Amino acid sequence: MINTIPPALIFIIGALLVPFFKGKVKSAYLLLLPVISFINLISIPIGNHWVVSFLGYDLVFGKVDRLSLLFGYIFHLISFIALLYALHVKDDLQHVAGLVYAGSALGVVFAGDLFSFFVFWEMLTISSIFLIWARRTRASLGAGFRYLLVHVCGGLCLLAGIVLYVNQTGSIEFGYIGLNGPATYFIFFAFGLNCAWPILHPWLTDAYPEATITGTIFMSAFTTKCAVYALARAFPGTEALIWIGAIMTGFPIFYAVIENDLRRVLAYSLINQVGFMVCGIGIGTALAINGAVAHVFNDVLFKALLFMSMGAIMYRTGKINGTALGGLYRTMPLTCIFCMVGAASISAFPLFSGFVSKSMVMDAAAKGHMKIIWFILLFASAGVFHHAGIKIPFFAFFGHDSGMRPKEAPLNMLIAMGITAFLCIFIGSFPGPLYSLLPYPVDYVPYTMPHVVGQTQLLFFSALAFSLLLLSGIYPGEQRCVNLDSDWFYRMAGKRFMWFCDKPLVAFGNFIDRNVLRMARASKSSFGGAAHFEDGFDKFYHVGLTSTPTVIYNWVKRLRTEIGYLPINLIYVFICFVVLLFIMLLLGR
Amino acid sequence: MKEKDDTDKEYLFDKPRNVKILLGCFFSSLVVLLILEFFVHKHPHFPWEGWLEFYAVFGFVACVALVVAAKYILRPLMKRREDYYD
Repeated sequence: MINTIPPALIFIIGALLVPFFKGKVKSAYLLLLPVISFINLISIPIGNHWVVSFLGYDLVFGKVDRLSLLFGYIFHLISFIALLYALHVKDDLQHVAGLVYAGSALGVVFAGDLFSFFVFWEMLTISSIFLIWARRTRASLGAGFRYLLVHVCGGLCLLAGIVLYVNQTGSIEFGYIGLNGPATYFIFFAFGLNCAWPILHPWLTDAYPEATITGTIFMSAFTTKCAVYALARAFPGTEALIWIGAIMTGFPIFYAVIENDLRRVLAYSLINQVGFMVCGIGIGTALAINGAVAHVFNDVLFKALLFMSMGAIMYRTGKINGTALGGLYRTMPLTCIFCMVGAASISAFPLFSGFVSKSMVMDAAAKGHMKIIWFILLFASAGVFHHAGIKIPFFAFFGHDSGMRPKEAPLNMLIAMGITAFLCIFIGSFPGPLYSLLPYPVDYVPYTMPHVVGQTQLLFFSALAFSLLLLSGIYPGEQRCVNLDSDWFYRMAGKRFMWFCDKPLVAFGNFIDRNVLRMARASKSSFGGAAHFEDGFDKFYHVGLTSTPTVIYNWVKRLRTEIGYLPINLIYVFICFVVLLFIMLLLGR
Repeated sequence: MKEKDDTDKEYLFDKPRNVKILLGCFFSSLVVLLILEFFVHKHPHFPWEGWLEFYAVFGFVACVALVVAAKYILRPLMKRREDYYD
């Protein structure tokens, strides 16, 4: 107790020291940090630690139980892998941001009260945004601002929910909340936003593909998984989650089929995988929660592996679009093999890690006699193989020959991918150690004959469908294009606002203008001393009514020509959101 | 990065024979899987899980439906020029 410290603290303090090291010492330091923190973590006993009294409330920085510990383990593991993968990066900003990000995630997971939870939750956003901006392109700048916008809105929702909740219950303990009353709906919504629920999801598919090569590995691991943790802690067994999760598994695969940017394909499949977890938490039985949490553990690994292999391609070729890649297995064979291990794991092939966790959620749905949910999940299982399992490796490493002959990935990337690939296969082949870490005792055997044969049939015949569609030319070719998603609403809001200023507002101004003048003229002809009156009238109404729209219009227009639509979008959407939030708060009271 | 200056070098799948072998393995494993089902004792949660070759048919149909829906419904609805948001 005395000789252990909160894991979040190690990462965050450690991050601030990074710029003071140079060369090989820095590399060693970066890799040692998660290892030291992990040793610290395993010596923390179960229970509540580091309780600090603050304004009459108890802040708990170490709520350690089996659920939070498992998340703690995987977050340490992936931090180590992501740091190893990013070892060649010379940019200190990325290392610092990555470490603070990991530290915040650990802070969220071990937070035992709503206040410290909220602070770490916001730090997740702030630190991760630098991983997007560090790419230093115009697209990443925009994506980063949109990411910030969405998460600040989510954060406000969470804050509103927490304030209402604490006001009602008088306790700031973070435990089971459950859906009852407006306060909990606000919290639920905020969790859902970070979890990338349908319609709330485009921040993820917008921002992750714009982040730096190494930053995406961090990002794929933390934000959504923290939200899954929060849901598992506060809302297990909430029925709405079953349906939300099922829809999450279903809709992104359609987008993934037609998406060209391969990292965006992975972002869609990330939503699909989180859907399985959300669904499991919604079902809420011991088997389902176990399955959801085990799937978090596996998904962090195989999704990182897939992002790493795509990152390696991007690092070597500078390209990531399916239209520009192909045939890279020739000179990047190891990356290709690691990518296929990740693909097999995410598709839940027997002996790969996805198989031992996804099937737990499916079985929990079957045991609960949820026919439609089960069918959606099965459809999503076939679909995920189709886009993440085949499309990603095929379009990058096989398919048409792009003519590029890049070098194999750098050594640190290869080692990072190798470790992850090994873990994917190890967990898939020997699920025992993972099962022993799960929150509830596990009484589940994944490797039964009908299950193995059924799953293999499902996957192989999906592959058959892919190859037949490809050979017949029906398979949609990759195209350079943008696919609309629900981020349309806030990306086009500025344009809509401009239109509003341009058309109705100015028309209104002109209308007033004309009538005021006419009235003034009429009064002049019938009234002797009207000249004076007209002057005053005109000044007041003309300047007051007519020019206000014109001034707004000119102002917005100048802003647009100087810095583009982005800030108009952001400001406009944010103001609308805050107004909406206040209205809802007033109604909800 | 070298641009195709070593075109004379033959890689694994440049030989049509190797592709044929791969496809052969793939198709024969499909057949093996179909036959294997007759020797498996099933204990289904749902009645349709017990139907003959349920998973194989479902996997095939689901993927065809997925691709057809994505190509002919979603893409025409959602596709825009690359600079749409700029």
